Amino acid sequence: MSLTPAEWQALQLSARVALCATLLCLPAGVALAWVLARRRFPGKFMVEALVQLPMVLPPVVPGYLLLWLLGTQGAVGSWLYAKFGIVLAFTWKGAVVASAVMAFPLMVQPVRLAFRQIDQRLEQAASTLGASPWQVFFSISLPLAMPGVIAGSLLCFSRSLGEFGATMAFVGNIPGETRTLPLAIYSFTHVPDGESAAMRLSLLSIALALTALLVSHFITRRAERALGLHAMEDRRAVL
Amino acid sequence: MLCFDFTFQRGGFRLEAKAEIGDGVTALVGASGAGKSTLLALIAGLLLPQRGFLSIDDQVLIDTATRHQVPAWRRQFGLVFQDGQLFPHLSVRDNLLYGWHRCPAAERRFALDQVLALLEIGSLLPRRPAQLSGGERQRVALGRALLYSPRLLLLDEPLASLDERLKQQILPFLKRLKEETKLPMLYVSHLHSEVDYLADRLLRIESGRLLGDCPGDPAVLP
Repeated sequence: MSLTPAEWQALQLSARVALCATLLCLPAGVALAWVLARRRFPGKFMVEALVQLPMVLPPVVPGYLLLWLLGTQGAVGSWLYAKFGIVLAFTWKGAVVASAVMAFPLMVQPVRLAFRQIDQRLEQAASTLGASPWQVFFSISLPLAMPGVIAGSLLCFSRSLGEFGATMAFVGNIPGETRTLPLAIYSFTHVPDGESAAMRLSLLSIALALTALLVSHFITRRAERALGLHAMEDRRAVL
Repeated sequence: MLCFDFTFQRGGFRLEAKAEIGDGVTALVGASGAGKSTLLALIAGLLLPQRGFLSIDDQVLIDTATRHQVPAWRRQFGLVFQDGQLFPHLSVRDNLLYGWHRCPAAERRFALDQVLALLEIGSLLPRRPAQLSGGERQRVALGRALLYSPRLLLLDEPLASLDERLKQQILPFLKRLKEETKLPMLYVSHLHSEVDYLADRLLRIESGRLLGDCPGDPAVLP
């Protein structure tokens, strides 16, 4: 199965957009997940709902809102352009933003669960051994949440690879700039003789998604073993 | 010398405790739910009192009147939990050295070798906590607290999760620790045998009130 240059372009663009979106979501997602897992504050429910919202909305809606907000005429978009010369609408950077917004809940959820599962007395033990709150986070909480962070990153990456609706609405379908795999498939189904290319790219998408899930599974297992989690389970089973 | 005077309230539970604690082992006894662990957490800095005062050797750690409080990680108190709370992702060696690295070199009172010999845990260094037995885990937890060179050692029923045979194994270590280090220790327990064996002084706590010294007669223990 060999790909045409246009198909390669779509694949490479998808990989770049998904990678950048994941890197964008990673620090923000880990920070927010920690706050949601460890802090109580008024309006927490609203923050949770807002984070989850892209998962349950028609993807076109966040895309349209992004265009409204970050488009060259938008409140934030015009400021970004005037101040930094950054244009997001109808560029691959905008595709990154669209993917990041849509995939963000998938990053936050597993990391948050991972933080919640950590016995807080471990963090207390660290603080009675002289570790400042930041040191506790980086030496105890984050390493113990690592399986969740890895799972979240891979889910975020896979979701970004498949992003369609928000991308289409915000940055359009421009070959070489914003035409990622799903948009390329969509385009091929609309031209005569495009069927075999659409099928090839669909199979490719399935293969990529399966690979990501398998990699996620194995890395998570390895990380859990490194934390001694399975050894503990084994011990419990023996007792 | 540790001085405290706390009032702490959470839900329907109220704790009032006032005492001075000197060198040697002070045992804190009382029924479960009386507030023993809460008092330890207040001293360690894991909980904050609504009203109160805490000082050690003329350094004030909490004074709610002036809103002064030193956080747990700056108090340099060692705390050993009932179930050790070893960090599962670190080897025994890294667990032991966790606090040691965070203690200024000039203030270190114990060397790793010394603690390994005292607690006989030298052969465990490369292992993970999940690969340790209950008794080994508690000894590592004790060693980890010691290597932080605490000014005060808080022990929250450190032997409660162990069977009789392991208790008999670890008690002598605690006795040696007391004799060789002269470290002030506050030892929570509900067992006569441990208290008789270790403690120089007995404080009793009853439904949230610290009653102060009680005679070392086992018959008065709960």
